[in-house]
Amino acid sequence: MISEIGHFSLILALALAIVQGTLPLIGAARGDANWMALSRPVVAGQFTFVSLSFACLMYAYVISDFSVANVAENSHSAKPLLYKFTGVWGNHEGSMLLWVWILAFYGMAIASFGGNLPPALRARVLAIQGLLGVGFIVFLLATSNPFLRLDPAPLNGRDLNPLLQDPGLAFHPPLLYFGYVGLSVAFSFAVAALIEGKVDPAWARWVRPWSLASWSALTAGIVLGSWWAYYELGWGGFWFWDPVENASFMPWLMATALLHSAIVAEKRDALKSWTVLLAILGFSLSLMGTFLVRSGMLTSVHSFAADPERGVYILGFLVFVVGGALSLYAWRAPAMRATGRFRPISREGALVVNNLLLVTGCAAVFIGTLYPLILDGISGEKVSVGPPFFEASFVWIMVPLFIVMAAGPLMAWKRSDIPGVNQRLILAFGTAAAAAIFLVALRGGPWGAILGLTIAAWLLGGVVAEFTERIRLFRVSLGNSWRRARVLPRSAWGMTLAHAGIAILIAGAVGATNWQTENVQVMDVGEKVEVAGYGFDFVSLKESDGPNYTRLGAEFRVTRDGKEIAMLYPEKRKYWVQTMDTTEAAIHTTWIEDIYIAIGDPAAKGGLAVRIYHNPLVPWIWIGALVMVVGGLISLSDRRHRVGAPSRARRRAQSATPAENKA
Amino acid sequence: MKRKKRRLIFVGLGLAALGLAAALILLAFDENLVFFFSPTDLKSRQFAEDQRLRVGGLVEKDSVVADGLNIRFNITDLSNKVAVTFNGVLPDLFEEGQGVVAEGHMRRGTFKAVEILAKHDENYMPREVTDALKESGQWQGDEVQSSEANK
Repeated sequence: MISEIGHFSLILALALAIVQGTLPLIGAARGDANWMALSRPVVAGQFTFVSLSFACLMYAYVISDFSVANVAENSHSAKPLLYKFTGVWGNHEGSMLLWVWILAFYGMAIASFGGNLPPALRARVLAIQGLLGVGFIVFLLATSNPFLRLDPAPLNGRDLNPLLQDPGLAFHPPLLYFGYVGLSVAFSFAVAALIEGKVDPAWARWVRPWSLASWSALTAGIVLGSWWAYYELGWGGFWFWDPVENASFMPWLMATALLHSAIVAEKRDALKSWTVLLAILGFSLSLMGTFLVRSGMLTSVHSFAADPERGVYILGFLVFVVGGALSLYAWRAPAMRATGRFRPISREGALVVNNLLLVTGCAAVFIGTLYPLILDGISGEKVSVGPPFFEASFVWIMVPLFIVMAAGPLMAWKRSDIPGVNQRLILAFGTAAAAAIFLVALRGGPWGAILGLTIAAWLLGGVVAEFTERIRLFRVSLGNSWRRARVLPRSAWGMTLAHAGIAILIAGAVGATNWQTENVQVMDVGEKVEVAGYGFDFVSLKESDGPNYTRLGAEFRVTRDGKEIAMLYPEKRKYWVQTMDTTEAAIHTTWIEDIYIAIGDPAAKGGLAVRIYHNPLVPWIWIGALVMVVGGLISLSDRRHRVGAPSRARRRAQSATPAENKA
Repeated sequence: MKRKKRRLIFVGLGLAALGLAAALILLAFDENLVFFFSPTDLKSRQFAEDQRLRVGGLVEKDSVVADGLNIRFNITDLSNKVAVTFNGVLPDLFEEGQGVVAEGHMRRGTFKAVEILAKHDENYMPREVTDALKESGQWQGDEVQSSEANK
């Protein structure tokens, strides 16, 4: 019964989405205020019914209703409660429903926060969102219905893939989808602007918070997935350039570019049609990622069971959405004229370089990801493109980006001068030189690591230089600087943090890829090995039962110079229902390095395969990413974002808050 | 500065970025592509000792011999097979009779793997493996697959 309610709610939501996608659009074209106003209640209705539908599926999971096929295939009565909840999106159908729910959620958010949008623009944006909703709900109902029944119902379910029974992974998909789907808002704004033929600073100002929210969620989602791969897969790595990782990374690169070009569009009324193009491409890449993951075209950790029917549908939808938006763009964009002029050496110029390099880097990832598919299609040859390709192309495209990134925020709008910027970058030159000398003396190589960390130090120096410049540290009294720091707009704090986070993350990634020590051997209880200056005693090995698995737990004493530093307990789990093994690595972190142990199966002649990694700087990857996300959220909380472009009456009402007008 | 000249600088910058990217991508492609072969393909071809390649199929039943970290097994597409040696820890999902992809080099008729990729869940078989099995005429999974598709 509950599951049928879920099914019918979804059908009702589809009906409302069709209304949302058509009538307000016609109303906006005719200037009919009533038809335009229709969008808000309809959006609320669609959101309510999708939520109800999602709640029904969740209910079926929690009470383990195995007469629902989706539950029977992906859940089990003995599964811990947390994973009964998160198992809802641990499969294709459920995760698509989550996607649709987030789409409806964003529609609701636009309707709630978009009170000061011009009615025609709001109606069009919501209508485009509605049309996207129609596409996805039809996809769900036609090819991936999560509410189908089984008759007779099985006594128990087939359980969730044990790899997914993990708290880190439980929240990876929702965050990722908030990021992917958030880009649909920028997309809808772009298409609406193209229909209206008008992109002005106010438009860019409305787009910014949405792309910022989406960027923050995407960053968090990608990093959570990377962190999970790091501790769960037992390979000691954090990024594998797996096609599906790339599929989430490409929209991130586009969202980053969009975030920056929208600033130019807002403040300087330039790069307008470029910003619109980025908004279209960003969401197109999100859709393409969905298509690649769900069509079974890729060999990857993440692929869902292949089904050509779904692949064909998403491909058709992709062609329609992307092709439609790009055609509209080709037709309308030439009419957009920028009024803001600027010289190559200027803040705008630096942001153009930022955009060019991000898009070029994205193109490199795109080619590396799709080339195997294209080659297979053309010649039938099968080929794989691995990490060395991306390290030799993408990473090198990022080097000039990070160099310019330190200087850009120190440049003036419109026109700037290189000597002046260099003078303000003295601190960055200092930190970079110090880092290079220190590293050559201390580690001596490899040179790629030294270059990478020098760049990270340069960037961090640049960020600090920019911040001290803003609060005029040491030029005015400390108290004065403190006051200046307190009244800095939150978006400035956000930028400083996000850029500092990138610097920390680069350092972590460079250290992890260049200085990792790996040691694999067969060990018996009582044996001892030494890796990277640490001693590892294999103390004991025990079998015990977890809630739905048998655990083979090892105990290691980690010592340095004979002193105990930590006890580590790596595990190997055998899940009962799917008879599948998972590795649970044990990690001791000192905040500048990780000591990492993963165990394998017992060997036939006794002993256990043990993998020990010494991973310098890996914790900085997670710290850097966290700092970036915090920066994004702080910037998002900036009043100027929330208020949007104030109308004249509003501006008067707000003149009581002086920080407001500093923009 | 004239507007035209300014625009020219930006166009130049864009082209430079594109050129840089194209050069890097082509260079990286040249050195880092890894081709995939089935055991049948391997039989009829010669490879340089340093050419990195992938081979995929099923792990032959009862062929896995493990001595500590030294592991030997056969990969089969059910018409031909190739002996594989590997030094390291097998992934969690490696199992006899299941799909596998190994990356490494051919050395005197034996495939010396440096990396083993196994399938990642119950219903999933690497696409290359499916195709290799279909090519050798040994694919029997279609009815299994379609029952998966109808869920």
